[in-house]
Amino acid sequence: MHLRRPATALAAATICTALSVTACGGGSDDSAAASGATTLTVSLFGTFGYQEAGLFDKYHQLHPDITIKYDSTQQEKNYWTALQTKLASGRGASDVQGIEVGRITDVVANQAGKWVDLKKTSASGQIADYPEWKEAAATTKDGKVVGLGTDIGPTGICYRTDLLKQAGLPDDPQQLAAKMTSWDDYIALGQQFKAKAPKGTAWTDSAGGIYNVVMSTEKEIFYDADGKLIWDTNPAVKHAFDLGAQAAQQGLTAKLGQFTPEWDQGFSTGSFATIACPSWMIGYIKGKAGDAGSGKWNVTTLPGGVGGNWGGAYLGIPASSKHQKQAAELIAWLTAPEQQATVFAKVGNFPSNTKAFPLVADTKDDYFSGAAIGKVFGDIAKAAPTQIHGKDDGVIGNQIGTALQSVESNNVAPDKAWNTLRDQLKNQLG
Amino acid sequence: MVSHRTTAGPAPEVAALPAVAASSAGPAVTPPGSSTSRSPSSAPLPPRGWRHRLFHVERRAAPYAYVAPFFLVFGAFGLFPLVYTAWISLHDYQLGSDMSWIGLDNYRWLFTNPLFYNALWTTFTIGVISTVPQLLLALGLAHLLNYSMRVRTFFRVSMIMPYATSVAASTLVFAQLFGRDNGFANWILSWFGIGAIDWRNGNWTAQIAISIIVTWRWTGYNALIYLAGMQSISQDLYEAAAIDGASRWQQFRHVTLPGLRPTILFTIVVSTIGATQLFGEPLLFGNGVPDGGAVHQYQTIGLFMYQQGWQYLQLGKAASVAWVTFLLIVVLVLVNTTLARWRTRSER
Repeated sequence: MHLRRPATALAAATICTALSVTACGGGSDDSAAASGATTLTVSLFGTFGYQEAGLFDKYHQLHPDITIKYDSTQQEKNYWTALQTKLASGRGASDVQGIEVGRITDVVANQAGKWVDLKKTSASGQIADYPEWKEAAATTKDGKVVGLGTDIGPTGICYRTDLLKQAGLPDDPQQLAAKMTSWDDYIALGQQFKAKAPKGTAWTDSAGGIYNVVMSTEKEIFYDADGKLIWDTNPAVKHAFDLGAQAAQQGLTAKLGQFTPEWDQGFSTGSFATIACPSWMIGYIKGKAGDAGSGKWNVTTLPGGVGGNWGGAYLGIPASSKHQKQAAELIAWLTAPEQQATVFAKVGNFPSNTKAFPLVADTKDDYFSGAAIGKVFGDIAKAAPTQIHGKDDGVIGNQIGTALQSVESNNVAPDKAWNTLRDQLKNQLG
Repeated sequence: MVSHRTTAGPAPEVAALPAVAASSAGPAVTPPGSSTSRSPSSAPLPPRGWRHRLFHVERRAAPYAYVAPFFLVFGAFGLFPLVYTAWISLHDYQLGSDMSWIGLDNYRWLFTNPLFYNALWTTFTIGVISTVPQLLLALGLAHLLNYSMRVRTFFRVSMIMPYATSVAASTLVFAQLFGRDNGFANWILSWFGIGAIDWRNGNWTAQIAISIIVTWRWTGYNALIYLAGMQSISQDLYEAAAIDGASRWQQFRHVTLPGLRPTILFTIVVSTIGATQLFGEPLLFGNGVPDGGAVHQYQTIGLFMYQQGWQYLQLGKAASVAWVTFLLIVVLVLVNTTLARWRTRSER
């Protein structure tokens, strides 16, 4: 797209030059300006774990001529909105930008021209090392690769061993998995739990959480392979919605909206016994439940042992970057197996590079009753489906969550909630 | 009622300023022979030199130069965004892709969208249950503060404290107070045997909670404005009323209220504008989610616009909501002032 609009491209290039000149000027105090020192800017969201694991400093030690300037936005939606305005104006984007998995289809379909084709950079060698579905999602129809995978979100179920034991359910992961051969079993176990549950504890956190985890095992979600919108005819969506609504109506949920302060509190107060658990949730639970929760948690596979994936991210290089070569070298290093394993050890983001799987396979976690999280999540990752994402995933997913919450908290009948949802989405998407 | 109040500020000024500029430019038009310009310059040296002409030009131009900064800033940050928003609202514009012209489709979409009408109604109900008690409370407080009492300054300063608190801080505190599981409000209610209320998810409870936040924040501000208005009412009137045997309540009704009418109109207009733009409180109350509750029970127009623009990245649709909101505010202000003028006239 930038080729068709030379004026914009020129303006962007001029400004980037201006920016890099100032950046070089700032760095020239401690190193000779003539040595070709480069400052790379890296903008990410949430916790990628690079800063936390000291990887930026390490890279600077390995490549003294490269200085990395890093910033992070906690909320992905704020991050993405800001990045969109920068990409639209052709200025201000960093040399390396993170891309959340839910956005990758939009990037591939609509903004490929604004990103560097990584196949033509030194990062290309790594593309073959990913599970097939991970890089397929970041590849355009004409074979351009816009992002290199950082982590993935293989999903299991985390649970409180003490609460399950009190309710007379098995607290061993294998035994629990044996009792859950389908999602209906999961709901049925919830009813058994409810009958003997400690006061103030629900089976799971929210109806939306059930919906999310059920859909994490599906290939087609809201779009089919041709990019056609099928959300209201896809039986899997309706099934997941009905399961969530059913759990809500039977009082199996704690009615806590995910990522709200009340939900955070629920981890430490024991408001729920089970929760859908992508690998990155491991770090989240530790943070929210605190030391008091240590040894009380464990993790098992999804019902029937199916693989699921929730979340994950990519690193990409905006076409406006003036240091595309150096940026490509940096992301190739950051996504290499050793670094992905380091990040997993530090913050729990599961590697997306298959060569890193063996490096983390022996990881056990004492907080999670010594569970072999490396092997558990690795097996789930291999079984996870190649999910088809689409442009309006965010809008639809958001409205479904809202509809389930209305069943859960406002006593709206599931059929009515579904019809309202359909009308509103028709109105929104046209 | 929200910090966006200032947006509406320019409107009356815009009307007022050209008038000021015109009147102050008036004297410059008068011929140079008039008494004001002659007296200092007639006695000393050259009467009609370039200096004089420069002086003349300066006198003509100066008023415009003085008001120019306002209009430049207003043009850049007020008028241009307004016009550009209107332009965007005629396009299908999703952030990240190109704009395409679709005429009035966004407005058609808006006026057939039940969620828009829901947002209008929600804005109206929250507006009423926050503005009315707020202004009545403020009036009462101002009346009390107008009496001479000990540590009056302390009370007056503490009135303004909530206003000085940021929306974010106060809303986050209130969001905790109205928590379902460990909230302070439910703890108090439990003393009276009332079971835990799920404030956020209830239809009315959520609106009431938000209204309480708004009321808490703005009552003191309005009370101080009323107080200022009351102090401009002549003390003689109260003395005369007292001599005639009027009670304090009668003094309030027959002296204070009529004297305060322009002030009251001002606070009603400003509060109406604030209520129409209510945004920060419901957003933060809902943990930053612009849905305004599962059944959109507290989704105000402001939230609806934000959701379109910054959650769905539909800038064209958001722009159409922005313009409809703007027109709505203009209409509401006109209705307010017309009603007030009509009342004043009918009482004469």
